[in-house]
Parts: sequence; structure tokens; C-alpha cells
Amino acid sequence: MSKPYTPPMPRNWWNKNSAYRLFMLRELSSVFVALFVLELLCFVSQVGQGEAAMDRFITSLENPIYLIYHVVVLAFALLHSITWFNLTPKVMVIRRGEERVPDVLVAGSNYVACLAVSLLLWWIVRG
Amino acid sequence: MPDEKITLEILRYHPETDEKPSFQTFEVPYHEDWVVLDAINWIKEHVDGTLTYRWSCRMGVCGSCGMMVNGTPRLTCAVFLNEFHPEPIKVEPLAYFPIERDLVTVMDSFMEKLQSVKPWLIRNEGEEKPLEEGEYLQSPAELASFKQFSMCINCMLCYAACPVTGLESEFVGPAAIALGMRYNRDSRDQGREQRQEVIASHDAIWNCTFVGECSVVCPKNVDPAGAIQQAKVESTIDWYTSLLPWTKK
Repeated sequence: MSKPYTPPMPRNWWNKNSAYRLFMLRELSSVFVALFVLELLCFVSQVGQGEAAMDRFITSLENPIYLIYHVVVLAFALLHSITWFNLTPKVMVIRRGEERVPDVLVAGSNYVACLAVSLLLWWIVRG
Repeated sequence: MPDEKITLEILRYHPETDEKPSFQTFEVPYHEDWVVLDAINWIKEHVDGTLTYRWSCRMGVCGSCGMMVNGTPRLTCAVFLNEFHPEPIKVEPLAYFPIERDLVTVMDSFMEKLQSVKPWLIRNEGEEKPLEEGEYLQSPAELASFKQFSMCINCMLCYAACPVTGLESEFVGPAAIALGMRYNRDSRDQGREQRQEVIASHDAIWNCTFVGECSVVCPKNVDPAGAIQQAKVESTIDWYTSLLPWTKK
């Protein structure tokens, strides 16, 4: 009598190889991006309450713990952006007749757009 | 050189006697031009005739000899021993499938999932062209839109690379969805709406978390991960379009 054996799924399946680990880090990066969005919303709310409130908020961010936290957030935000930018050619296939627009152009357009928006924001902030 | 050996650690499972599988070690002659399947065939011929596994064409076309080679799903007819020599090679059945015996997996669930996406050309009732009118013509650009997805050989390596198939047994999976998309994209087909019931369901595209390893291990460059994400975009557009007052049925 044949009884197939079903191997159990290990709890640490995500540690099986580097691709799975990178995937989990990419998923985790969303948490840090969300936390930073919340922080940005808090900042906007403080700005709305006047210059003194805004200055207090900025001063509180100078705490070394916040500085370390922001380095971690930046690292995850970069990981998030780079991994998703590089995946766009899989999601967005652009064809010109029989030919497919090369992946590097589709992914590259994200980097160009990101740079353009960053430069625009920098220009606005610098006033 | 002729006396050189390589070690194969093969997962064995005899359902009549074993509670669970265990590894058995074999010393096999090392030849630079041998693939892993050659080594397994040598074991079956010279050491243990009971070793059970699937294989057929030996040229990467039939998709039968997929196994885990050192933890990665590979077609054993396309992996040379010299990639690992002198280190040992660990050979296991494809991951996330029940094991029938030794390196043979139970593939019934895959066959059911494959059928569920109706991987054949569907024409609307009464819209089939009479034979005398000839074939349905297709431009090279129309062919190019689905050709990549049509290269699938059902080897199931993509399932063994996808942790979601291990976590969610109902997940329709990469190859079946890619094949569904192959027919959805075909200009001769009219069955997209029928397939969407399965493809656009939670158990299909929305269960995929885009790990992306299915496309990495695919020996035919089918890119099932791409097919699934593109199906997600199309289904999302469908949903938004259905909200427009002038498209409501």
C-alpha cells in the first residue's frame, strides 16, 4: 500500500537560501518605509502648528538614537526602491511590434524619474 | 582520471517500509561529460536497481527529470557533474511535493491546477471558423506577445522554487498561471473570461508574493513571475474598469 510522504514546511523556510532572505528583507523594508511616512505626517502636522513646534520636532530628531534609526530607515528605503525598481520590467512589458523594450530601459526610467523628483525637491527646499 | 569518483547523496523513500525518507550515499565514477542524470542511471544499472526516478529525453525537452540538486530545482539532464566535483552532490525529489518513492513525487495536484486554467484555445459558441475557411492568421507581433509563456515544458521546477506552494497547498502556482496567460494573450483565443475565474482568484495570482525564484530556476526562460505580475495588473485594470458607470453590465 503506497503512502506518499509529505515533507513538513520548515518554520525557517525563509532562511533556506539568499534569494528567500533578500525577499524577506524586501518585505520587511515596507514596515520601515511605512514608519517613515508616519513620521513625515507627524512633521507636517507640527509644521501646521507653527515655527516653534516645527523647531522642537527637528531638535528632538537630533537625538543620536533617532540618527541611528534614520540610517536604518534610509538603508531599508534604498533596498525597497532598488529591488522594486529592478522588478518593474517583469510587471511592465512594453512592446514595439515584435520587439520588447529592453528591461534596462524600463527599470532605468524609474531611476531617472527618482533623480528628477529628488532634484526638484532639493531645488524647492533650497528655495 | 578514469578512477576518479564523485559522491552522490540521494534521498530514498520506500513507502512500504519507511516512516520517512533518509539519505543514501553512492560513489559514482566521475566523467567530465556526465550530467547528474547519467550518474543516477549508473547507480540504477550497477548498484541498486530499485532506485526510482523519472526521466525520458535527456535533452531538456520533456521536463521529467527535475530534482533538487544541492537544494536548487534543476533538470538533472542539464547539470554537469563538473559543476560540483570534487564536492558531493545532494539529490532530492522536487521540494513542496509529496514523495511517492525515492525521487518520484506525486504530481496529481499540479495536473489538476494545470487543467483548472484551461490551457487550450477556446472559441465562443458558434464563432469557430469552418475548416474550409482555413487557419486563423496571426501576425509575428501577436505571436511574440505570448511565445515566451508557451515554452513551458511542465517540469515543475518553478513550483519547487516557490515557497508559497509549500505554504499554501491551494496556490495554483507559477507554471499553470503562465500557461493560462499564454492562451489569454493568444489572438485566436476567446476564453479569457472563463480563465479569469481561476487566474484572478485569491488562490492564484493574489497568493503570489513575488519571490521571483520561479523565473530564476525556469530552464526555458518562461518567466512565470512576470506572467503572474502582468496578470495582476490586468485584473486590477478589469476591476477599476468595471466600476465605470458606462461599462457596468
